[in-house]
Amino acid sequence: MTSRTSAGVRRHGDGPLLRALSSVPALVYLLVLMVIPLGLVIAYAFLTSGRFGGVQGPATLDNITRLFQPLYLEVLASSVVNAGLATFIAFLIGFPAALAITRLSLSWQTVALIAVVMPFWTNFLIRTYAWILLLNREGILSDGLALIGLGPIEVLYTREAVILGLTYAYIPLMVLPIYASLQRLDPMLLEAACNLGAGPWRRFRTILLPLTMPGIITGCLFVFIPSLGNFVIPELLGGGNSQMIGNLIRDQFLKSRDWPFGSALSLLVLALLVIIVMLQASAARRSRKWGA
Amino acid sequence: MGVAPLWVLYVFLYVPIAVVIVMSFNASDNPFLWSGFSLEWYPALLQDADIMGGLRTTLIVASGTTVISVILGTLLALALERYFPSRFLDAAAAAPAVMPDIMLAIGLLAFYTLVNFTLGAFSVILAHSVFGIAFVAAVVRVRLAGMDSSLEEASRDLGASSLKTFWSVTLPGIRPAIIAGALLAFTLSLDEFTVAFFTASPADPTLPIVIYSSVRFGVTPQVNALATLLLLVSFIAVLLIQRTSRLGDSLRRREARP
Amino acid sequence: MATQRTRARRASVLGIAGAVCAVLLAACGGGSSGGDASPSPSLDPSADLSKQSIVVSNWDAYMDPDVALKFTDTTKANITVAKHATNEEIVGKLTAGGDPGIDVAFVSGQYAQALNEAGLLEPIDPRLVPNMANLYPESKNLSFDPGSTFSVPYAWGTTGICYREDLMAAAPTSWNDLLNPAPEYEKKTLMLATQPWLNLPAAKALGFSANTTDEGELEQIKQQLLKTKPTLLGFDDVTFYSRLAAGEVVMAVAWDGWCNYSGDPNVKFVVPSEGADLWADTMVVLKSSKNKEAAMAYINFMIGDEMQSWMTNNILYKSPNKTIAEKAAAELGADFPNIAMTPADLAKGESLIDLGAASKIYQQIATEVQAS
Repeated sequence: MTSRTSAGVRRHGDGPLLRALSSVPALVYLLVLMVIPLGLVIAYAFLTSGRFGGVQGPATLDNITRLFQPLYLEVLASSVVNAGLATFIAFLIGFPAALAITRLSLSWQTVALIAVVMPFWTNFLIRTYAWILLLNREGILSDGLALIGLGPIEVLYTREAVILGLTYAYIPLMVLPIYASLQRLDPMLLEAACNLGAGPWRRFRTILLPLTMPGIITGCLFVFIPSLGNFVIPELLGGGNSQMIGNLIRDQFLKSRDWPFGSALSLLVLALLVIIVMLQASAARRSRKWGA
Repeated sequence: MGVAPLWVLYVFLYVPIAVVIVMSFNASDNPFLWSGFSLEWYPALLQDADIMGGLRTTLIVASGTTVISVILGTLLALALERYFPSRFLDAAAAAPAVMPDIMLAIGLLAFYTLVNFTLGAFSVILAHSVFGIAFVAAVVRVRLAGMDSSLEEASRDLGASSLKTFWSVTLPGIRPAIIAGALLAFTLSLDEFTVAFFTASPADPTLPIVIYSSVRFGVTPQVNALATLLLLVSFIAVLLIQRTSRLGDSLRRREARP
Repeated sequence: MATQRTRARRASVLGIAGAVCAVLLAACGGGSSGGDASPSPSLDPSADLSKQSIVVSNWDAYMDPDVALKFTDTTKANITVAKHATNEEIVGKLTAGGDPGIDVAFVSGQYAQALNEAGLLEPIDPRLVPNMANLYPESKNLSFDPGSTFSVPYAWGTTGICYREDLMAAAPTSWNDLLNPAPEYEKKTLMLATQPWLNLPAAKALGFSANTTDEGELEQIKQQLLKTKPTLLGFDDVTFYSRLAAGEVVMAVAWDGWCNYSGDPNVKFVVPSEGADLWADTMVVLKSSKNKEAAMAYINFMIGDEMQSWMTNNILYKSPNKTIAEKAAAELGADFPNIAMTPADLAKGESLIDLGAASKIYQQIATEVQAS
């Protein structure tokens, strides 16, 4: 197979070996270790639960119809709201921070980025427990605020605590992609806009925002998706006062020993997320076409 | 505006870390009551075989995951960006990152059971690599998409084989993305709990699993001491990497001078 | 290019084919659970234990940290200790199918019953566990396993209310004191998050069995819990005793030994007048174990005097070992009243059993209450 370059010169086609080499290993790996396990779980959703966990025949649609009970849809909606708010707050804090990083000198930029990621290198559970100590009614923040007269706070075991916890857990994943996007931005664009008299908000809206959109969307996905499925934070910081879909799924597998329903719930979440990602992919393609 | 927003981020990120470090010196066992300063938890930690074993296993798993994810993820990114654009494959490549992790965890355990695969560190490496590949591929793809393919075309026009083009032109171009992807895969594997829990051997747990089962009484100062040590170790590792990379850079610069 | 698109389409088809294969595999290969129900050949009491090696899974800090050394010294068998955080996790691992790589597991009694009915447990061989003769007969006859045929109790006790004597006007005497607290105690109470202990206070306060599967009764229990929820600080299985010590909560539903962990003499334990449960944490041997003799020897070792003494002195739960229990009652009973409880006292509690299919309903109640 040959192709023509723009100069019309014939050249031998790219080695079919390279093409095969580049795609086959990864695809085979994913086929065996993702598609098949996923297939198993999907299959479970249509089976009946064994008395002690596991699955058995007959095939049934009961689990799917059970999904549409108001209780479960409410939990899903509540989770989407929590994850959405966490994503939004992460963006509010993360975008300006990423912008500030790009303004540092190159060697400091690396340091700054690593400083953003380093909390990830302690343990997730331990960091979450630290928030318990901070947000407790008799906790550190409470005592601190009491000293300046803002009174003891009752944040722990509320929805706000869960959102705070989720934001905290995943904010580095918002900063990194936005930083990558900002970095590829030509600073001349901003300078030109400034020279033409555009104020900071206008510059943000018409230049920064559209051109870094791919990074922003990636960052939002990186925060929203794990937030939606998280079960540790609602359990520890929510005190069992709010149920998120992650807890619900885990409880089906472990406490109710109802694997089929747990799988059905997972399918629901997966479907939601796949739709979101496909929307993002087509938006990214469109923005690339327009030369972003 | 300056760097103020950056400080906001750092305060937000590090206040809980500060709490962890301070509480690791708590003389009392009760995480809710401070009763004096004590260093006792640190030596106790280093003698705790469970924690040290978990740490060793986690490092092995994270390294193995990074290697597999980088190799396969980069190849996948190349395939998707240059050779096989397909919305379906896009979704397939993104799926591991998008799936609820318990779904992947249960599915993998069921699969391992079906093929009678012995559980151990290797089963966790394979499991973690599934989403490692997805993340590395995503990061490298972004870079590839932004890369001008005319350099590669020029290289081929000048007669270089596809393999050579890849090695000498494409690869250096995506190197920063590969490093970022490797860092991401390593970090994600290091702290991952759910998938590891279901796919690890009970006799050989990773550190997150050990910690999760050690908080039966809440987080003790000993566990906080562990987190503090981990932070210290990573900090030192990063410093060393900085030093060696700067050294490497200056050496290369000296070589490049005529 | 056309060829590219064809290739891509081919790849997509392959992917779908893979998924279909997986579905078929699942249907034929069967999911999981269901151990082999056939009886294993009898165990050999004279087997050479030095050739055997076992993996034991337990909660963190529930055994002597030196148990591995001591066990190997005594029996010459090798041992590795694994940890699990909750009953549900370990049962999930054991029922997922295949060889879980665990020989002995510590699980609460009702879970042992579930594992046995799933055909996963090896019957206990009394020849290999002679120390069972030292256990209270009552501890070997609990409803989840009458006759201790597949499980051996390691510790047992009941559930009640831990409270701060100094922070309350009057000691609580009834479950209702916590379910419908006085206004000054609102937001200062905790309940356990896991079933069946989530339902237990409401069930007992309403006069129902803790193991009820009656729909009407369960609905009433749920309504009571929904009523109680706004008055609670939260549901907590783990840190409630530290919060009691810190004075943040004044009452918490708790397993009896936990009240002792705060180290605060003001924290007291009471079993409410309506009664409570009788739970036991037991040891079971997996049928998939290839080292059953060593596993039984381990269980024998753990109910022996040395290990039971460690347990009751450190975990502050009651021991089913008669000698040790009586000794502990004499030595520790004054400081820790729960240890002084006799089997007769315990027998007033209702022994918990596995609820089978009803556990889904219990979990649904937990979900509804926590999501409200």
